[in-house]
Amino acid sequence: MKWTEAHLTDVLVIGAGLAGERVAIEAASHGHQVTILSLVPPRRSHSTAAQGGMQASLGNVAMGYGDNPDVHFADTVKGSDWGCDQEVARLFVEMAPIAVRQLSHWGVPWSRVVPGKRMLPDGTEVEELPEKAGLIAQRQFGGTARWRTCFAADGTGHVLQYAMDSVVVKLGVTVHDRTEALSLIHDGETCYGAVALSLRDGSLRPYLAKATVIATGGYGRIYGVSTNAVINEGTGMAIALDTGVVPLGNMEAVQFHPTGIVPAHILVTEGCRGDGGYLLDKDLHRFMPEYEPVKKEIASRDVVSRWMVHHIRRGFGVDSPYGPHLWLDIRHLGREHIWTNLREVATICKNFLGIDPVDSLIPVTPTQHYSMGGVRTNKDGAAYGLQGLFAAGEAACWDLHGFNRLGGNSLAETVVAGMVVGGKVADFARQQSMSFPFGLVTEAVRAQQERLDHLRRRAHGSEDVYQLRRRMEETLSDNVGIFRTGERLQEAVAILQDLHQRAGQIRLRSSGLGPNPELFAALRLPGMLKLALCISQGALQRTESRGSHYREDFPRRDDDNWLKRTLAYWPQGADLPKLEYEPVNITELPPGDRGYGGMPIAGD
Amino acid sequence: MAQRLLTFEIFRYNPASPEILPRLQEFHLEETQGMTLFIALNRLREEQDPSLMFDFVCRAAVCGSCAILINGRPGLACKTLTHDLPDKIVLMPLPVFKLVGDLSVDTGVWFRHLNERTEAWIHTDKIFDRQGPEDRMDNPLAHQIYEAERCIECGTCIAACATANMRADFLGAAGLNRIARFLIDPRDERSPRQVFEVVGTDEGVFGCVGLMACDDLCPMEIPLQAQLAHVRRKMALAALRKKK
Ligand code: SF4
Ligand code: FES
Repeated sequence: MKWTEAHLTDVLVIGAGLAGERVAIEAASHGHQVTILSLVPPRRSHSTAAQGGMQASLGNVAMGYGDNPDVHFADTVKGSDWGCDQEVARLFVEMAPIAVRQLSHWGVPWSRVVPGKRMLPDGTEVEELPEKAGLIAQRQFGGTARWRTCFAADGTGHVLQYAMDSVVVKLGVTVHDRTEALSLIHDGETCYGAVALSLRDGSLRPYLAKATVIATGGYGRIYGVSTNAVINEGTGMAIALDTGVVPLGNMEAVQFHPTGIVPAHILVTEGCRGDGGYLLDKDLHRFMPEYEPVKKEIASRDVVSRWMVHHIRRGFGVDSPYGPHLWLDIRHLGREHIWTNLREVATICKNFLGIDPVDSLIPVTPTQHYSMGGVRTNKDGAAYGLQGLFAAGEAACWDLHGFNRLGGNSLAETVVAGMVVGGKVADFARQQSMSFPFGLVTEAVRAQQERLDHLRRRAHGSEDVYQLRRRMEETLSDNVGIFRTGERLQEAVAILQDLHQRAGQIRLRSSGLGPNPELFAALRLPGMLKLALCISQGALQRTESRGSHYREDFPRRDDDNWLKRTLAYWPQGADLPKLEYEPVNITELPPGDRGYGGMPIAGD
Repeated sequence: MAQRLLTFEIFRYNPASPEILPRLQEFHLEETQGMTLFIALNRLREEQDPSLMFDFVCRAAVCGSCAILINGRPGLACKTLTHDLPDKIVLMPLPVFKLVGDLSVDTGVWFRHLNERTEAWIHTDKIFDRQGPEDRMDNPLAHQIYEAERCIECGTCIAACATANMRADFLGAAGLNRIARFLIDPRDERSPRQVFEVVGTDEGVFGCVGLMACDDLCPMEIPLQAQLAHVRRKMALAALRKKK
């Protein structure tokens, strides 16, 4: 390694989605030099795909009057099935309105309140008051007592990311896109930055920083069938886990979104149901009111997804070559509403299903969507185990969502966490001086170079990276999905352990030179398998049902034994994660009934 | 429907192996129902040639990563159904942008540069008040800004544009649309004249020769020629005032 190749910066942010960029902006506005690494140009991040909106208790619309942070807090805690950290939830709900307004200041074209009377699809008449005209509007999302989700027509994530990136450009923050962090540089106590791979030419470079932030989003692609973008492979979580000293929190908490389209698995927003859409079965019967008389289609996501699969198991699914699915019906919302506030949905239906939802039903099935788990941090976003390492957004578990995240709380989280953690990162970096143990950096680069060289030599092994990967995807989808049992989870752990061992025997079929996708896939796979094992092992050990984690053999929530968070460590050379547990921080709202999603689910 | 055997001719070049000259490589693949170029290219990579380079992110036509030339026409690969293409499919990287390898080009750096040049952010002296309510805006105006903000920086209009292909500095339809987006936003306090300083040259607005390929091809269906006309009108007015 040549030291001239090292890139020095005060703050290194890994990931340029909303959370990463918001951290970068905060740190840069405190006068720090910031460098962002990203797999893709920031405006292509998965954050842009969020259609629906961002929760903040502004209460500007009729159905939101009386909303405030307390109501948002209670919804979030119930949604999490009491798994979240209540101090974090409190901080979050108080700051979300500020975050929304600041984004408006930065140029986000939020949809606004239009005064006047209108009829909701269920026949209720509401009146928007003239004194609220032009304020930021809210729509309905699942699991919320009031309408609280701020939105920009049908492309909220897109406009948020563009506004955020415009500030990054304005501040002149350095962005190295097509760059992937392969490992963290650390000595078991302090993190000094990361070794990164250029996806343009396959070269390595150390990035040295006073503070390093992981904001790489989720890992959905390890499930294969996922609403996530193809870059969501959990790389940031994996390199944190690889340190052996930083744990991942609650990895068994995996969200399945009720409405991924079949067969492309692209998400259509919760706004469809929030705006009045129905779920229908093969007899075109609206079934949700039977299971959830009060919340119907807009109970929290874990609950709706569970009932959908339950209904399919009872034989009411619509048969298709891709397996059974259900229908999403938004026809009654009307052409104008669909092609304005749900246009993205209409376009997706047109492009990928060849239908117009104005007069056709949308085939949907619950699909892996979000990770509540992630790099475990405290409420400042500081990672457990390593000084100078932080995490924010979906990649982190600070822990706002517990065992189920509410729709609209992830966009809000990215921005709020970016503000909070960015501030803490700035404080931290101010107190640090630049100093990097030479030997440590050289060794970290050498270790990664060795991995690359080994793969490029193609001298050993016989495993095909894509085949191993496919097997991992199938195993998770089949065995670690919405309904789980001890037996299936045990089987998953065994298969994944075998795959993890075989991943050491990959032999490239191509040269591995330059921007070689097979090499990149081979470098990522071991980390992805470790995440898969953390999820499966965590789920196996958790002998209760909570939020998205549903054990058919332990169908009840068990607060006596399991009101605690899983911490998964990966000791050097281990073939399984080591699990520890810590108590959940409950400051305001003691565990109780969620008001929906009654368990257990009666036998099929 | 009888299954078709598709023939792909794909541009290949790996800058790490310059001794192998740029070439078109032929592949064959059986078409499946609902096959998109996203599905086809991934199958080719996984089953036939794992070194094949191309870019996808969202695979849902919302992120702008995957524009390539498909039988000579620029468009998003992820939403292109093979069903709509003939038996022979020629895939080339977008022109104008720097080649990374095979079908992959560097649109990210190009657009960052564009956004720097046009200072594509809200210019305001207002300080954000954390305690205060938001400034009001009429919903139709919010919607108008939103419409212009829908550009996904895919580069299709740039690749399709004769001027952009000839002059490195032309802002292209995407750049002009970006300017229009800030011109109509009252939160941006720049006067049209200030904006004119950036774009009021041939490279900027007046380089357009009106072939309008951009308008037909934009996957977001942004009315690019209308936006361009809007910017030109504003610019012309600003120029007149300047002369007085
Ligand atoms: S204006 Fe349209 S074609 Fe041009 S970059 Fe934007 S989305 Fe692509
Ligand atoms: S992959 Fe995102 S637009 Fe095609």
